[in-house]
Amino acid sequence: MNLLVVFLGAALVNNYVFTKFLGICPFFGVSKRTNTALGMGAAVTFVIVFAGAVTWTVYHLLLEPLKIVFMQQATFILVIAASVQLLEMIIQKTNKKLFDAFGIYLALITTNCIILAVAIVNVMEQYNFLEAVVNSLGAGIGFALALILMSGIRERMEQSPVPRCLKGVPIALIITGLLALAFSGFGGII
Amino acid sequence: MKQATIELIKGLWKENPTFRMLIGMCAPLAITNMVFNGIMMGLATTFVLVLSGLVVSLIKNIVPHKVRIPVFVVIIATFVTVADYYIAAYYPDTHRVLGLYLPLIVVNCLILARIEAFASKMPVFKSFMDALGMGIGFTLALVIISSVREILGFGTWLGIKAMPASYQPMSIMIQPAGAFITLGLIIALINIISRKKTSGDSA
Repeated sequence: MNLLVVFLGAALVNNYVFTKFLGICPFFGVSKRTNTALGMGAAVTFVIVFAGAVTWTVYHLLLEPLKIVFMQQATFILVIAASVQLLEMIIQKTNKKLFDAFGIYLALITTNCIILAVAIVNVMEQYNFLEAVVNSLGAGIGFALALILMSGIRERMEQSPVPRCLKGVPIALIITGLLALAFSGFGGII
Repeated sequence: MKQATIELIKGLWKENPTFRMLIGMCAPLAITNMVFNGIMMGLATTFVLVLSGLVVSLIKNIVPHKVRIPVFVVIIATFVTVADYYIAAYYPDTHRVLGLYLPLIVVNCLILARIEAFASKMPVFKSFMDALGMGIGFTLALVIISSVREILGFGTWLGIKAMPASYQPMSIMIQPAGAFITLGLIIALINIISRKKTSGDSA
C-alpha cells in the first residue's frame, strides 16, 4: 500500500516534469514526434530505475559507513555516467533490437537532470531500497507520460495558426503550463 | 580589454542563457516564485560557473581530451558542494526552499556548455569574463521572472509591499503552471523586441 502511494506520488501528484520542472531540456527537445517521445520515455524509465538502485546502494553501503556524505554529488554523477555507459554496452552486446531503439537516447540521458534528482530525492526522503526503486519507476513513467502527452499536442500544433512571436518554445511553455494546471487536479488522490 | 568586455556583455542580452539560448531551464522555472530565492540561485550558479570556468581554463592543457567530460563534471560538482554547504550554513531558510535544486546545479547544462564550448579552449581571463557575463545574465533572467511572479502572486517585491491593499493575489502565478506561462510570455516579448531591433538595423 505504501509502495502504491510512493508510485502514484512520483508519477502523477508530484510529476517530476510538471511540478518539479526536471528533465525540461529533453522534454522540449524530443517532444515533437510521438514515436521519438515513446523511445526517449522508455529509455529514461529504464535508466532511472537502474541508476536509482545503484546510487541508493552506493550511498547506504559506501558513503554513509565511511562518513563521506559530502561526496554525494560527485559520486552520484560519476556513478550515473558510468552506469549509463555500462548499460549501453550491455544492451549493444545482448539485444541488438533494443539497442537500435534506445541507442541514440542513451548518451543524452546522462545529462538529464531528472536522473540525478531522483537519486537525490531517494536519499533525502530516506526511502528503503524497495521504495527507492518504486519511486524511480514512478518518476520514469511520469516523465514518459508527460513526453507523450506533449508530443501529441505538438503534432497538432503544427497545423494551428500560432502568432509569430509565440512560435516554438514560448507556445510549448504555455501549453506545459496548462498541462501542469491539469496535473494539479491529481493533488487529492493520495 | 575591449574584447573581454564583449565577452562579458554578450551573456546579458545577445546570448542570454535563459531567454535566448534556452539552456539550463530547470532553475529559472522552479525557484522563481520569490525574488530573494531567484537572487540566491543566480549567485550560486554564477559562483560555480566562474570558478569552474577558471579551473578548467587553467588545466585545459593537462587534461587528456578523452576523459575531459568526467574531469569537468567532478570540478563542477566540487564547487556545487561548496556553494550548497555555504548556503546551508549561513541561509538555512533559503536552503530549505532551494533544497533539491542546489545540488542539481551540477547538471545545469548551462555550466557544462560554457565550459565545453568556451573555457576549455580560451585563455584564462577571457573565460573568466565569459563565465561572469553568463552568470550575470542568468541571475538577471531569474530576477525578471521572479519579479513578475512575486508581484502578481504575492503582491510583494523582495518582501516589500508592491501592490495596493485591495489587490487580490493571483495564486496561479506561484504554482508551477504560473512559472511555465510567465517564461513563455517573457520569451515571446523578447522575440518581438529583438525582431523590431533587427528590422530597425537593416532599414
